[in-house]
Amino acid sequence: MSGSEPDARGTPERGPRTTSEQPRAPAIETAGLTRRFGTLIAVDALDLAIPAGAIFGLLGTNGAGKTTVIKMLTTLLAPTGGSARVAGFDITRDAAEVRWHIGYVSQMLSADGELTGYENLLISAKLYGLTRSERRERIDEALRFMDIAAAADRLVSRYSGGMIRRLEIAQSMLHRPQVLFLDEPTVGLDPLARRVVWERIRLLRQNYGTTILMTTHDMEEADQLCDAVALMTLGRLVALGAPADLKLALGPEATLDDVFIHYTGGAAAERGTFQDAARARRTAHRLE
Amino acid sequence: MPILRLLTQTLAVAEADIRKLRHDPLELLTRMVQPLLWLLIFGEVFARSHAIPTGAVDYLEFITPGILAQSTLFIAIFYGVSVIWERDLGVLHKYLVSPVPRAGLVLGRAVSSGVRGLSQGVVIYLLALALGVRMRVSIDALALVVVTVMLGSAIFATFSLIVACLVKTRERFMGIGQVLTMPLFFASNAIYPLSMMPPWLRAIAGANPLTYQVDALRALMIQGGGSAFGLGVDYGVQVAVLALLTLIATKLYPTIVN
Repeated sequence: MSGSEPDARGTPERGPRTTSEQPRAPAIETAGLTRRFGTLIAVDALDLAIPAGAIFGLLGTNGAGKTTVIKMLTTLLAPTGGSARVAGFDITRDAAEVRWHIGYVSQMLSADGELTGYENLLISAKLYGLTRSERRERIDEALRFMDIAAAADRLVSRYSGGMIRRLEIAQSMLHRPQVLFLDEPTVGLDPLARRVVWERIRLLRQNYGTTILMTTHDMEEADQLCDAVALMTLGRLVALGAPADLKLALGPEATLDDVFIHYTGGAAAERGTFQDAARARRTAHRLE
Repeated sequence: MPILRLLTQTLAVAEADIRKLRHDPLELLTRMVQPLLWLLIFGEVFARSHAIPTGAVDYLEFITPGILAQSTLFIAIFYGVSVIWERDLGVLHKYLVSPVPRAGLVLGRAVSSGVRGLSQGVVIYLLALALGVRMRVSIDALALVVVTVMLGSAIFATFSLIVACLVKTRERFMGIGQVLTMPLFFASNAIYPLSMMPPWLRAIAGANPLTYQVDALRALMIQGGGSAFGLGVDYGVQVAVLALLTLIATKLYPTIVN
């Protein structure tokens, strides 16, 4: 992933990007996207258009619906209303096509601790049907780019939190997806490890033109990385814009934290479930 | 070549699991204890009692294929736990967002369970030979035993996967796993012939895929052993059951992360 071949992004063997190559089409587009769980409306008629090549942040309190949005856009969860297109494909009708064009790093630990870093990459490469020569070349490149080459043959259970996250991002980029979903990519990382991850995310966009949709609780992270952010509260979109514009709207001294509190204030902390809390802490614990 | 790619993808699912076993083979070793006990203790004692009519073969020869089927069943039926565990970790999500067709994800799991089953086969063959059981060791018979063990493992691993998708937590799964294992084992021809059973139990055993697996293994593993139903029936039933279970599991698998 050194950037020496910025246009080698096609899905292996099939080059199916024909319909999604039209310039200017948003990489992600949702129209009234909705998900209900019984009477609870986790995501309520979400309308978003995220331009290709953007780093877009989805912010909100626990239980605001961020992860549900990502689950729908990555085809893990079917919407109960509305529609969405990712990389030009409908998430319900063309779910299989969507999967060829996206990468996803879940909030939890998706790297397998019982395998080595190299093996994790190898399995991912095979899941995406990369040929032997593509596998060799891209795994080498990924190990170098993510600075884990020296630890390639170590079991991931012995990696540091920052190394695991970098490995996971590398895994999700092997097939050169057009759109990458990062669900709280730096949760549980120390400030130094966090900065390294940020730098790699920026480089991914720069080298491959990848569109990145990330969720975060961390306002500094959103401020540093995102071209635009959307704020969600109780499943609804309450603010949308560039971090600088959102801050300016509240006053010259306002921080993104102020923006967050301004828009989410009343609803804060009412929706996070026991399960959310348990999961977040488990992940944080494992990354330590 | 879409078929080749599908094969690579499916085998990658299995490969992940097999590589883990290579890093930590302790699980395989501990799994080997149980079949050893069944053959060495249960088999030897009952062989001396002559209480079970086993026809032309002696009792130890009769149960050797049954113990192989049983030990692959015991491994496969708890396969769902590891799937739930991977779901809890987050590893499973990586597979479900990948473009591997859902049936490929399910069959990949079945293959890796089959490989675990084969490791049991190696131990049971060695022990049975040491105990003087007259085993068939021709290449064609062994090749068919491999197929049969893979098929049987696939059936119960896929069944286990379905249960995992339905119950969703490890605690509930362990309870159900225990409840399922014993009836599947005892309501089969693994350690006594169907002819000894009361009619109601024979009917249940007739609907149990394990019975057909044992029946095929008995013909393939033992000199002078024969199939009661015919190998055509044995494989026909097992392939049909696997197809049905794969169909159901393919539908249910994606729901495990919700």
